Amino acid sequence: MNYSEFLKMIPEAFLVLALILVFIGDFCLNKSERKNAVLSKLAAALLVVVGVVTTSVTPESAFGGIYASSAAINVMKVILAFGTLIVMIMAQPWVEKTHRLAGEFYMLLISTLLGMFMMMSSGSFLLFFLGLETASVPLACMVAFDRHRKDSAEGAAKYILVATFSSGVMLFGISFIYAATGTLYFDDVANVVTGSPLCIMGLTFFFSGLGFKISLVPFHFWTADTYQGAPTPVTGYLSVISKGAAAITLCTILMKAFGPMVEYWNYLLYIVIVLSITLANLFAIRQSELKRFMAFSSISQAGYIMLAVVGNGQLGVAALTYYVLVYIVANMAVFTVINVVEHNNGGRTDMAAYNGFYQTNPKLSFLMTLALFSLAGIPPFAGMFSKFFVFMAGVQNGDPMAYIVVFIALVNTVVSLYYYLLIVKAMYITKTDTPLPTFKSDNGTKIALALCTAGIALFGVVSCVYEWIAAAGL
Amino acid sequence: MFSYTLFIMLLPLLSFIVLGLAGMKMQHKVAGLIGTCSLGIVTILSYLTAFQYFGMERVDGVYQTFVPYNFTWLPLGNLHFDLGILLDPISVMMLIVISTVSLMVHIYSFGYMHGEKGFQRYYAFLSLFTMSMLGLVLATNIFQMYMFWELVGVSSYLLIGFYYPLKPAIAASKKAFIVTRFADMFFLVGILTFGYFVDSFSFSFAGDIVMGQGTTPFIEGNIAKAVAAGGFIIPTALVLMFIGGAGKSAMFPLHIWLPDAMEGPTPVSALIHAATMVVAGVFQIARMFPLWIEYAPQAMSIVVWVGVFTAFYAAAVACAQSDIKRVLAFSTISQIAFMMVALGVSLPGHHGAVLDNHAQLGYMAGMFHLFTHAMFKACLFLGAGCIIHAVHSNEMALMGGLRKYMPITHITFLISCLAIAGIPFFSGFSSKDEIITACMEYSPVVGWIMTGIAAMTAFYMFRLYYGIFWGTENKEAHEHHTPHEAPLTMTIPLIVLCVITVGVGVYTTLGGFMEWGGSFGSYVSAAGTDYTIHFNTQIALTSTVIAILSICLATYIYKGESQPIADRLYKTFPKLHRAAYKRFYQDEIWQYVTHRIIFRCVSTPIAWFDRHVVDGTFNFLAWGANEGGESIRSWQSGDVRQYAVWFITGSVALTLILLCI
Repeated sequence: MNYSEFLKMIPEAFLVLALILVFIGDFCLNKSERKNAVLSKLAAALLVVVGVVTTSVTPESAFGGIYASSAAINVMKVILAFGTLIVMIMAQPWVEKTHRLAGEFYMLLISTLLGMFMMMSSGSFLLFFLGLETASVPLACMVAFDRHRKDSAEGAAKYILVATFSSGVMLFGISFIYAATGTLYFDDVANVVTGSPLCIMGLTFFFSGLGFKISLVPFHFWTADTYQGAPTPVTGYLSVISKGAAAITLCTILMKAFGPMVEYWNYLLYIVIVLSITLANLFAIRQSELKRFMAFSSISQAGYIMLAVVGNGQLGVAALTYYVLVYIVANMAVFTVINVVEHNNGGRTDMAAYNGFYQTNPKLSFLMTLALFSLAGIPPFAGMFSKFFVFMAGVQNGDPMAYIVVFIALVNTVVSLYYYLLIVKAMYITKTDTPLPTFKSDNGTKIALALCTAGIALFGVVSCVYEWIAAAGL
Repeated sequence: MFSYTLFIMLLPLLSFIVLGLAGMKMQHKVAGLIGTCSLGIVTILSYLTAFQYFGMERVDGVYQTFVPYNFTWLPLGNLHFDLGILLDPISVMMLIVISTVSLMVHIYSFGYMHGEKGFQRYYAFLSLFTMSMLGLVLATNIFQMYMFWELVGVSSYLLIGFYYPLKPAIAASKKAFIVTRFADMFFLVGILTFGYFVDSFSFSFAGDIVMGQGTTPFIEGNIAKAVAAGGFIIPTALVLMFIGGAGKSAMFPLHIWLPDAMEGPTPVSALIHAATMVVAGVFQIARMFPLWIEYAPQAMSIVVWVGVFTAFYAAAVACAQSDIKRVLAFSTISQIAFMMVALGVSLPGHHGAVLDNHAQLGYMAGMFHLFTHAMFKACLFLGAGCIIHAVHSNEMALMGGLRKYMPITHITFLISCLAIAGIPFFSGFSSKDEIITACMEYSPVVGWIMTGIAAMTAFYMFRLYYGIFWGTENKEAHEHHTPHEAPLTMTIPLIVLCVITVGVGVYTTLGGFMEWGGSFGSYVSAAGTDYTIHFNTQIALTSTVIAILSICLATYIYKGESQPIADRLYKTFPKLHRAAYKRFYQDEIWQYVTHRIIFRCVSTPIAWFDRHVVDGTFNFLAWGANEGGESIRSWQSGDVRQYAVWFITGSVALTLILLCI
């Protein structure tokens, strides 16, 4: 075995290095008072390094094509590292107040990211599956991190059970594909794959496995319970980073390995997109618990992300990546506010808690409103641009069905506007005698919100962001 | 080499941001100084640009077009939205006009707005307006022009409604915004039509066109495709754009907002509603001129006749107004119409396909008139501001005999009146005379009509002049409150603008008769070539004589202490006077059209349809969504085994569906 091949996997190598450094830090600082603060800064700094390094490396393939990165994947890695950084910063008050296990949390976070990086830059189903599992297992631990809370454990249990189940189904699908084509490499699969029933079964079963990670209907049932049970920073992480990584992986594998079956998986996507967006919107309307509400919102957003894949081209990949980036900043802003409210008010995350929030905490409610506007796609915030590009990509393939799907998605944006505005209404208009008391945000929250707000305001208007993403080829 | 031009746009923006965010915490003086200083630098940079630009060698007898900045803001397939700066003779000329007038208004406002509440806000809006107007003229593409066009509209709205506690100010600002927005809708449709067929928004044709010789080197865009798709497409797009321009430039029947816009502070009227924003429509036509002349020469007659009618109509109304700012407003409408006519009559028509010197005349004259008009009309408005400042009213009845109290205002006002009336050695003479010459070339009918309107102009301007400075003095009012000359900050801009008017006037008048080079035509002309102005002595003489006759008539009627003739005229034609005073009931007609016809006959049925059918549908959908949400709730039971069942059912169902297709 040629060990120098590892040097071609620079982003992953740096993540492993970060993991080791955090581990050493955790070990050495065991008795120190300032352990949490130092560790969080160390982990954040390391993530920045990973991001910077990733922007500068040229993508290569290693181990005979089992690892195959590309410029677009590298851009996505940078974006995910940025998102993880925001999660890490906003998680600080939660980590510091409630846990002595900061080191473990950061290590778990970095190892899931490592798994996702592997998964994204895999060139064969084997490495893809390994990456997926590397990402899944630490995530379950993170969901269960609030050990004293019963629903945290419950959420983790449901997550790991459904994850196992979906892995089983997916392996089933991959074995069908192997049976039909005799190979696990994406490029080779693309050469021999046909529309035979075996291949179709392989495609759908494989698709369900990733559909679970992206939480697309009908593979979404775990989402609401897990999102509600998990600690808020972990919910945020699940809703953006984990979803984004799975989405780009699904996109590349569909385009690379299943390229010849494009008409089949386009139909698959049409059905799943329409179901996800519509059903999730219907569910979201009736939620009274904010984290559960955000779960359904994230399912419907996943539908929009998948719309970019329908385009099946360079524009689709760029639109998807851009959507994920914009979604990260908007969604993380919402979760940061939820997190800080939760920690200052004895764990309240119900929507009624936000009645009259504007009277006592005008700044936080204003930032939350901006984020919700961006999620709903109101101009001039970034969310409007990302939705626009996704729709553009969706109609690109010229299929009349795609137009219908885009139309349904457009109608659903109106519905989503309604339920996002419900929260805005609660904060600004609903009168209450007992609004949440005024509180001061900690530094972590402030930094995270500043990053997110800058992103919401600027990513759309400053065109170079999109150009940077669009310039990277798959 | 023109990299500093970026600051021309950035400085006002910066000053707007600073004043907008921190203005309220500043003293009035500081806020005013920030605004004025930034504009001072902009003015210096603009003059530097002009100096450098016009100092450059021509290539093939034509000034080159420069694009120091152009960055793609949003790429959309073939089309892309750019933001940038384009320098060519007309944009550089506009730079001079805007920065000069804006600087004068900034200085003037120190005195005029002294002690007003919201002084800082006023300067912030002035900066915003200047930035938008500069962005409009420097635009590299029609879409950028449209963006700044709207921004100009917004800042005009904010400034008209500056005295927002007063009801008329709010009504006027709303009216201006709605009317111009209505027109802009056509502009946008025109832009989109153009972009759709030509695949480009860029102005790269400007300056590159060799007009009339059949070779039109477009760098970008695909005019041929649009022409192939149908000969009417480009004319349609251009006419739609012209409707937008007609809204901003107050052409009949979209002029109704401009007289009401006089509710804003007077310096604002001078800047926005006399010198800069209202000529945006003229500028737009000049910008798209190569396309008009090459692909829509027939449609040009629309511009001509709309212009002719507006010029006449506004001049007629101006003769009967008693509010001095409204007289000036109608005079502005009439003068802008002159510019429109001038652009419209520059047709290659009579001279075959090649655009010769004569046909270029109209374009040059229009631009020249834009330049001279901006200076003297700004001076007139600022003078009117001094008068209003002194007597605290807009009504001519409260004035009269002011020449004793306000010597500087009096002299500058007189000079500007002479300029607008078209007396030789004042700037208006040269430009107006060129317009009339161009009209005569186009068609003697238009030429004589325009000569007649020029006579009316001289008449109503001197009616205004005598009404303010001579005539019956309202002793009662003046006893109560003695008028006084305005402070230096207000009189200096008047003097500066007058000096420009006289200087340009003397040089171009002499130059025109002696055929000197280096006059306006050497810098700005349709094909970018050196165009030497030379007067047609016959026309110059006729129009001068007619102007002097009208001034004499006005003197005869209005100069004296009592005005028997005016009274008798008024008594003989009470209906005509009343109709003109009421602006020929234009506002009432619009009111009727909007309220009675559109609201009642169109909107009411639509409202019914909306309430019963559309709302009903949506209520049904909302009810359905709610019920649907309720009924699928049980799916989300929290039971993991059930989730697994759904999961595998979903996978199998999807497989079956795919197998079936």
